[in-house]
Amino acid sequence: MPEGKLVVSLTVNGQPVSATPETTVAAAVLIAGGYTRASVSGEPRAPLCGMGICFECRVWIDGRQHQRSCQILCAPGMDVRTP
Amino acid sequence: MRFDVVVVGAGPAGIAASVTSAREGRRVALVDDNLAAGGQIWRSGEALPRNAQKWIAALRSSEVLHLRGLQVFDHPAAGVILAERGEDCVALRYSKLILATGARELFLPFPGWTLPNVFGAGGLDAMARGGLPVAGKRVVVAGTGPLLLAVAAHLAARGAKIVAICEQAPLRRVVAFAGRMLKQPGKLLQGVGYGWGVRSKIHFSCWPVAAYGKTAIESVTLRKGKKQWTVFCDFLGCGFHLVPNTELAQLIGCQIDEGFVATDELQQTSVENVLCAGEPTGIGGVEMALIEGQIAGLAAVGAVEEARRLARRRRKMLGFVSALRKAYALDPELRRLAAENTIVCRCEDVAHGALREHRCWRDAKLQTRCGMGPCQGRVCGAATEFLFGWRADGVRPPVFPALVSSLAGANFVSGNSSEA
Ligand SMILES: Cc1cc2nc3c(=O)[nH]c(=O)nc-3n(C[C@H](O)[C@H](O)[C@H](O)COP(=O)(O)OP(=O)(O)OC[C@H]3O[C@@H](n4cnc5c(N)ncnc54)[C@H](O)[C@@H]3O)c2cc1C
Ligand code: FES
Repeated sequence: MPEGKLVVSLTVNGQPVSATPETTVAAAVLIAGGYTRASVSGEPRAPLCGMGICFECRVWIDGRQHQRSCQILCAPGMDVRTP
Repeated sequence: MRFDVVVVGAGPAGIAASVTSAREGRRVALVDDNLAAGGQIWRSGEALPRNAQKWIAALRSSEVLHLRGLQVFDHPAAGVILAERGEDCVALRYSKLILATGARELFLPFPGWTLPNVFGAGGLDAMARGGLPVAGKRVVVAGTGPLLLAVAAHLAARGAKIVAICEQAPLRRVVAFAGRMLKQPGKLLQGVGYGWGVRSKIHFSCWPVAAYGKTAIESVTLRKGKKQWTVFCDFLGCGFHLVPNTELAQLIGCQIDEGFVATDELQQTSVENVLCAGEPTGIGGVEMALIEGQIAGLAAVGAVEEARRLARRRRKMLGFVSALRKAYALDPELRRLAAENTIVCRCEDVAHGALREHRCWRDAKLQTRCGMGPCQGRVCGAATEFLFGWRADGVRPPVFPALVSSLAGANFVSGNSSEA
């Protein structure tokens, strides 16, 4: 975490993560050491395109499913869930 | 909401189009699914080049209504597009529509490409700009196009250890192209200029053949001719240049020629009142996107003489577009990268072996569900076009998976009874 920058605290699967407000939720999930979704045959998947077209970065955010986490910035108190 | 001009896409082309058309009291809207203007190249999280700052400042001080984080998903009737953000759906009515939807990377399947921490090349760059820490990480950048060097340079500047840059094109073609670019205004030069710091790591006629790892990539095997070797890495960014985002144009019924939206020299498509600028008309880089955006913006408000003057300048840049395409044309050997069990359609987990036996995209889609997932074939459609020569079939709404509530709203709007 770079010093002197505003920090937002959120949770990924209940685990606290600190990030700058410019951090995407996709990056926060990887920082937390996880992946974003399980494929239809159960493989772990993580972001591919970083630009909103591949849908590999879908996660649950605050109870809403299928959120493309590469297009969403971290916000204070966000509750992010992955499989 | 009703506008004289609606521009879809806030990359360089869309910014130029909206700023240029917002004159003499014209009501102009600029819609983009990102929160910040800039498209793929002028993403935030980076010190922007001077011309980017100039255009973004011009947008801010203009009267353009910039609608952020809104994704356009349907065109239910001439003169209306629908966009959604979260649970909200809006209908935007236009007299002129300018499509500036940009491009995405081409991803080609190879064993291990579905492992976590294997990204697109631009994709890894975008993730880094979005806060993924790369300092101290071992990174391999692979694929093709001038973008690879730009990405490697950005990542190196953020402290990444660039292990290798693998460009599938042969050295002689890239050198010929670079030589040509020096005489051209093309700003993709940026990539080559950035390259010096990392050039010792560049391999030509080289690509990844397999990625390995337990829960994420740990190593990648690279091949150059008959030579094959394996390197350890934390991240692999692999993208085989760009494919245009033509879905919305196709939905509207615009004529497509060899994969690109056909326009006349004033950026007018085959559909009345619909113009197109930037990458969907041809992969030409940021300078081309800017000039096409300005031409479209001028033409949309009837400033035809000015538009023609710029169109003459654009014509001189067309040589660059075809030189770029030739220099980075894909090696047919890349078709053999995917193995029998390599997944091609990542949304539905359809493997190469299951696809090979089909005759065409439609056949494969019906029999295997390839392309039926949420990406709607944006990844596997472009891949199978290269692998098997298939053309993805016509586009049906919504062009992005929309919420049920938006679709209900969409019916309402096309029934002409709602104004958002
Ligand atoms: C991932 C990536 C990284 C790149 N990085 C570089 C780089 O570092 N250097 C370089 O020289 N070139 C880079 N390029 C190439 C660069 O994109 C082009 O040269 C230039 O940005 C083209 O401008 P444009 O306006 O045509 O398209 P874009 O910049 O792609 O802008 C199109 C915009 O439209 C939006 N959009 C598309 N469809 C919809 C819809 N239905 N609803 C709402 N919004 C929509 C997109 O999200 C995007 O913001 C990159 C390309 C990609 C794909
Ligand atoms: S990483 Fe592809 S949609 Fe988010």
